[in-house]
Amino acid sequence: MNARFLPAGEAALVVEFGAAIDPTLNERVRALDRALAGRTINGIVETVPTYRSLMIHFDPRLVSTAELIEEIRGLELDEESDAPERCWVIPVCYEAPYAEDLAEVAAALGLSPARVAQLHSEATYRVYMYGFAPGYVFLGGLPAELAISRRPQPRAPVPPGSLLIAGGQALIASVSMPTGWYNLGATPAVLFDPKRTPPVLVDIGDRIAFEAIDRASFTALQEAAAKGGEIARIRNR
Amino acid sequence: MSLLRVLRAGIGATVQDAGRRHYRRYGVTPAGPMDWGAFETANFALGNDPERAAAIEVGPGGIEISCEATGAIGVAFCGGGFFWQRDGADLGSAARIFLRPGERLAARPGSGSFAYLAVAGGLNTPVELGSRATHTRSRMGGIEGRMLRDGDVLALLAEVAPLAEGEISVPWLERDSSPLRVVPGPQDDYFTPAALETFFSAEFRLTPTADRMAYRLDGPEIAHKSTYNIVSDGIAMGAIQISGDRKPLVLMADHPPTGGYPKLGHVARVDIGRLAQLRRGEPCRFVRASLEEARSALVDRQGQIATTARHLRRLR
Repeated sequence: MNARFLPAGEAALVVEFGAAIDPTLNERVRALDRALAGRTINGIVETVPTYRSLMIHFDPRLVSTAELIEEIRGLELDEESDAPERCWVIPVCYEAPYAEDLAEVAAALGLSPARVAQLHSEATYRVYMYGFAPGYVFLGGLPAELAISRRPQPRAPVPPGSLLIAGGQALIASVSMPTGWYNLGATPAVLFDPKRTPPVLVDIGDRIAFEAIDRASFTALQEAAAKGGEIARIRNR
Repeated sequence: MSLLRVLRAGIGATVQDAGRRHYRRYGVTPAGPMDWGAFETANFALGNDPERAAAIEVGPGGIEISCEATGAIGVAFCGGGFFWQRDGADLGSAARIFLRPGERLAARPGSGSFAYLAVAGGLNTPVELGSRATHTRSRMGGIEGRMLRDGDVLALLAEVAPLAEGEISVPWLERDSSPLRVVPGPQDDYFTPAALETFFSAEFRLTPTADRMAYRLDGPEIAHKSTYNIVSDGIAMGAIQISGDRKPLVLMADHPPTGGYPKLGHVARVDIGRLAQLRRGEPCRFVRASLEEARSALVDRQGQIATTARHLRRLR
């Protein structure tokens, strides 16, 4: 297997397939994740798939980093996923008060706020990973014009449903947290609910398209979501 | 039913178990104890399984509780050199006792930042995503996902006959200011050799912003070779992240499961509790450790802690 094995302390191991946001790399991550889920390796606590690597948390009493690497080297990866490809349509609002950093991003990139919103909403994204906070969906497919570095210091917490960008990546934030990213808008859709099994709606490998809505529609959809209505929908292909 | 009533909760008191596992893949923070060694010691003193039992993590604000049960309940406390009293009588900083109906137990802050109060059989707060651990930022676990407040009532999971009282006298709870062991990687190649040298030779101080999520340290700048943006990857507890301000940020119990800053190394699990117990403004130093050193030190310590119940002396 063509991967780097990078210890993250004595109780976690990173299996890194590359350093880029690339669907092929991400499919390898998923293939390793499936392969590990399909067998019992003593000591593995859980795995965390990311854009380009799989983090394996393990109990060092039961297995060592070296033993784990040995086990993984021997695995055959099947990169063909048999899950159906789904595209979600998610309504988003780029108006105040949901677009706290839109003007700041536009100024930094030398674009108009409307152009930033347009570029962001017209792209189709791929779900690469969850991370950072419960239900935070990390996406690839952000237009290159919107590449902006992370903030040197985190900003105040963003509200649930915020659309964030930084470091050439995009994400949907599901709970309120401080972040080093920039907030362009928000969705009324509830993508994470601890009472659901699994607690998330969209799966790694799914596509996401945004549909721009105004403030009034946002409020109406938010009320519908609070009553249990499903706001995100799957587009017929 | 056996209950504990929180008479006074100082800032930072939460319900914690070993942590929320199996949901990091959905972005869920594990939480769990800041000082796992002290948490496990308090649980092992009572015969609890520390992988399952929930206890109170007492923060720098201390706590006072009372027993509202039909009979005596077994409790054990330790960690951070806190000062514990039962109905005003000193109990030292680490002991297993029984608390009779109406008796009060109070903890005042000590040399460290966190103490643990375990109860025989464990606390019976709601289970959320497989765990009772409190994560306040995502409002999950514990009591309504928040810190404990005056007047909270905590139920016990089981009626367990209390064991004899005794002082917990174990070497791993003693203060130790030797350098914290660090296993380099996975992104130590993002830093210049001079920056790594600085990290492993300088003294750092804990800044006032430290919380359960991360300990920010002040000291000399640790320069990146070029960028401080990486494509997000996984984070484990103890990760030493260096962001744009070039200062170390050590990810603690409430760490996010992933992050996008380069990680110079990880504080060895065996030493995480010592870092967690630092008070704001206190100094620390780091020393390189190999993977095998960190692992064998951890496994040895875990083995020792499991023997806690054999290290009880008569209560003074």
